[in-house]
Amino acid sequence: MPIAKAENERCYSNWAGSMALGLILTFPAAGACAGEIGDPENGAKVFRKCSACHQIGDGAVNRVGPHLNGVFGRLAGSVEGFRYSESMDRAGSDGVVWTRETLDAFLENPKSLVSRSRMNFRGLPAAEDRDDLLAYLRIFSDDPANIPEAEPTAQATDHGLDPEILALQGDPEYGEYLSTECTTCHQIDGSNDGIPAITQWPQEDFVIAMHAYKRKLRPHPVMQMMAGRLSDDEIAALAEYFSELK
Amino acid sequence: MKLDRRTFLGTATAATAALSAPMAFAAGHGKPNVVVVGGGAGGATAARYIAKDSAGEINVTLIEPSRAYYTCFFSNLYIGGFRNIDDIGHTYGTLASTGVNVLHDWAVGVDRDAKTVSLAGGGSVPYDKLILSPGIDFVDGAVEGWDMSAQNAMPHAYKAGSQTELLKSQIMAMPAGGTFAMVAPPNPYRCPPGPYERVSMVAHLLKAHNPTAKIIVADPKEKFSKMALFQEGWADHYGGMIDWIGSGFGGGEVSVDPSAMTLTIDGEVTKVDVCNVIPAMKAGQIAHSAGVTDGNWAPVNAADMSSKADADIYVLGDSSQQGDMPKSGFSANSQAKVCANAVRGALTGSKVFPAKFSNTCWSLIDTDNGVKVGATYEATEAKIAKVDGFISQTGESAEVRKATYEESEGWYAGITADMFG
Repeated sequence: MPIAKAENERCYSNWAGSMALGLILTFPAAGACAGEIGDPENGAKVFRKCSACHQIGDGAVNRVGPHLNGVFGRLAGSVEGFRYSESMDRAGSDGVVWTRETLDAFLENPKSLVSRSRMNFRGLPAAEDRDDLLAYLRIFSDDPANIPEAEPTAQATDHGLDPEILALQGDPEYGEYLSTECTTCHQIDGSNDGIPAITQWPQEDFVIAMHAYKRKLRPHPVMQMMAGRLSDDEIAALAEYFSELK
Repeated sequence: MKLDRRTFLGTATAATAALSAPMAFAAGHGKPNVVVVGGGAGGATAARYIAKDSAGEINVTLIEPSRAYYTCFFSNLYIGGFRNIDDIGHTYGTLASTGVNVLHDWAVGVDRDAKTVSLAGGGSVPYDKLILSPGIDFVDGAVEGWDMSAQNAMPHAYKAGSQTELLKSQIMAMPAGGTFAMVAPPNPYRCPPGPYERVSMVAHLLKAHNPTAKIIVADPKEKFSKMALFQEGWADHYGGMIDWIGSGFGGGEVSVDPSAMTLTIDGEVTKVDVCNVIPAMKAGQIAHSAGVTDGNWAPVNAADMSSKADADIYVLGDSSQQGDMPKSGFSANSQAKVCANAVRGALTGSKVFPAKFSNTCWSLIDTDNGVKVGATYEATEAKIAKVDGFISQTGESAEVRKATYEESEGWYAGITADMFG
């Protein structure tokens, strides 16, 4: 990741595309450029918290959360093909646009800005972390025609799972029955108040996460126990059921 | 003792009236009727799931006397000042909107031949399948000197609501340096870590309001749930305040005098300011009236929670004698979903999947200091049997403990949504 090389450039907004093409430096319309917000290199590290759900960089797609290319200046809830919570949809219709200020408020405490967002994140209390993260995100917003590549950690799809397991088709009826064990803690309408929402995940992410608990790669004892006794077919059934829930 | 059908018919005072009363509550004609007694973690969940999943094919009636239900889980957090009483109160409006016929009345008898439940308010409700989830009642004479008439002087606060508020107000009114006593219950009882979380929450409250006060716990047991975690927490956070007296030191040899406000432990009389008596427990009264108990509890089949005494009656949660699961709200909720699946299958032919059970109990020791214990279970011929489990470790970091507490808050939101809609 060539962030370090760009460290001395006047504005990170142009470091990857424009500089390479020898274009004239311009300030982006949506506010300060990355280097003026914070340290994008540290931001890349902070982003690891986000990368379990969000992809960024060239080729990023929607996963558990929407991709974050071009997030600066974007209307809330507006990435095509991503199913948002009602709350996030409403934020979009109310005209919330992601700027440095709105993103900063959202990242400090997601629920304070979008009260029933499905984003399973308690927030970044340290202003410096938020600044650095926003500096990093800024890089991928400046030039829609030329989104730079991101660190491999920014697209956490490494799992080492057998492709046959990922290809299993789950039985949604069985998934619905099995889901009743999940809904003692995880709310069926996608709300989260201390326990993550698990509705509408892409099936692949769901299966990867559950197998990571089953193999004790993910650390949570309750989830290790719950996933530990689910078969490959049962995990596929749950993934199928929860992905289709409204 | 095993009651036969005729014996318990004779014991149910309202039975005669019930037989002649019109079946005013049978709603749709021809549809099967499920009656659920008790609107807590077991009953509310079962009623909700059957109504929701049968999509109108089954009439579901929930009989619950309280219009507002206060959860026992998190009621200790109210005592500690981490919740308001309203935070743990829930009503049944959403369940009614899901299609559950909610009857605020007492179920006072079950006629297993006629398959009806009689109500204190008169009349009766017919059932094809009856689900009993009445929680606990107390064993008469379990603590010498205490009976239900003493619950104002010495609250049990083990059915949440007014009792919990009473106990907290008594603690707040203790004189400086006064004594809070708890008489802990023998096994098995509702919420194994509950008394010890309560001790932690009382200590938290007293530390802020009455730091020279003392806490005495008289316990008929030698060991209790999460013992090492609680004892570590008590030493670290409430050093010297809590005196736990187990059975080895006479903690089981207890009597109380509610009028004199004394507690006698192993012959030694102590004047106390607040005395929280949590007596030995048994299945809720209706399970005994229905004749499905054997001793204090109601034996059930692990596969579907059906009573061993009657295939058309199911017993959930605290009242059931099922095997290895603790008597907890989480367990009752878990059992309810297995039962709902089986009941719906029996009545409508919907697919019945194999039983899976689980439980996790979170407890709060002090601010942002949560611990948990949990296990998964499966149905065997003999009982619900434990498969796998975990418990929080002593010496965990503050960060882990805070995350555990926050998780418990998420669980509370989750399970109450799962119960009440």
